[in-house]
Amino acid sequence: MNEFLLIFRRDAEATAVQRSPEQMQTMMNYWREWIGGIAAQNKLVAVGNRLDTNGSVIKPDNVVTDGPYVEVKEAIGGYSIIKASSLEEATELSKGCPILSVGGSVEVRPIIPMEV
Amino acid sequence: MQQDQLLPHLFRSEYQKIIAVLCHYFGFEHIEAAEDIASDTFLTAAETWGIKGLPDNPKAWLYTVARNKATDYVRRGTRFNQKIVEGFDAEENYEVEIDLSDQNISDSQLQMMFAICHPVLSAEAQIGLALRILCGFGIDEIAEAFLTNKETINKRLFRAKEKLRERKVKIVFPEAADIVSRLGIVLKTLYLLFNEGYYSSCQSTTLRKDLCLEAMRLNYLLIENEQTNLPEVNALLSLMCFHASRFDARMDEAGEMIRYDDQDRTLWNDELIAKGRHYLNLASKGNEAGKFHIEAAIAYWHTVKTDTPEKWENILMLYNRLLIAAYSPAAALNRTYALAKVKGKEKAIIEAEKLKLDSNHLYHVLLGYLYTSVDNQKAASHLQTALKQAKTPADKSRIMKDLKALL
Repeated sequence: MNEFLLIFRRDAEATAVQRSPEQMQTMMNYWREWIGGIAAQNKLVAVGNRLDTNGSVIKPDNVVTDGPYVEVKEAIGGYSIIKASSLEEATELSKGCPILSVGGSVEVRPIIPMEV
Repeated sequence: MQQDQLLPHLFRSEYQKIIAVLCHYFGFEHIEAAEDIASDTFLTAAETWGIKGLPDNPKAWLYTVARNKATDYVRRGTRFNQKIVEGFDAEENYEVEIDLSDQNISDSQLQMMFAICHPVLSAEAQIGLALRILCGFGIDEIAEAFLTNKETINKRLFRAKEKLRERKVKIVFPEAADIVSRLGIVLKTLYLLFNEGYYSSCQSTTLRKDLCLEAMRLNYLLIENEQTNLPEVNALLSLMCFHASRFDARMDEAGEMIRYDDQDRTLWNDELIAKGRHYLNLASKGNEAGKFHIEAAIAYWHTVKTDTPEKWENILMLYNRLLIAAYSPAAALNRTYALAKVKGKEKAIIEAEKLKLDSNHLYHVLLGYLYTSVDNQKAASHLQTALKQAKTPADKSRIMKDLKALL
């Protein structure tokens, strides 16, 4: 089994849309069900974290800019780590991610193990 | 109480107290002596009471005899040491103060609980020792509970005691700073002890119930002590109360399991459900919500008698949380069952097929249930696999019944 980092990206402007508490609750349930389904297969390594939308970017010569994004559409919203036997399987597991239903994306990246 | 039941009853309640106090006094070096003295005390009682009739206060009588026997043992040991060790301070050990007050009994039992639940011992060894020393179970009863023979249990307990001696484990209450970390193992052992009774395939219903009650009693000892009365401890007791509330409903006269859906809900014990709620409330003080909190909440929803959508949605969500916190095959299977209740069998089948627990007979039982009335042929094939994998007669006959109902 190899580990994979799932990076959840979403359009920061689109997600800023006001949602009702019921919609938020539904959204939360979708996430929990999706990640619960991965955990039920014993393939969840770390549930990870969700990230705040603000932040700063430090560039050479200590140039600091607000906001972490190159493109607003590509803001990283959070990450989780899963395990799977192949990139294909990890990709398959990611297809149910609720971020896809709000126009976001999941980037699946194999983690290079320390011992190869 | 009937006279002929008095001695067994006293044995149940007092043997463990005497042992805990004596072990505490002697240390693990002399644990066999403590067991011998406690057993001998009851033997003396059986003989004496048989001839002379019952004393006015049987409990006090037992304590006095145990105290005298312990004093003799220490004296003999001292004299022996005197002969072989030169310059041994003869006076030092002569005064024996075996304190059998209620306070010292529960203190000794608590300290013993922490000593037994030591990381050097396997969970099986911890439970075995707990049953022997903290619950006063006989070797044959422990063997029956573990579905094994007396020799195996004797060996297991012997090795466990050796290990504790080698490690010089002290029978003391942990330092305040260590309580939380040490408590984790204690709670895990109590949890397993309870499960041993609740899920064991041992045939004797009385024995199974006793195991559960003992786990609850020991858990309650932790609640009575101010230092160990922590949210997690209350959460575990709440979980046990909720589970135990279905004890009479989940087994038929033949000792066979009745599935949750088929249970007579009027047999659920409301008093235990109320107690479970009480301890769940106490567990909610503070910010932590550990594994036992989630499991207690799941168990709470199972005590709700009507099958509302809300009930199963909550159970599903809680299983998701439990799995995110820590994977276990049982949680994965139960989550899928809850999913079937919320989203229907077809959806659950898709999720179930992903679990890949093919060597677990309960997995095939679950798939058998899910496929029933969706694809009965597949259901039957899974139940047949389950039948091949099941080990105990009770499991096999349960699966046979499901199979027959299908054909």
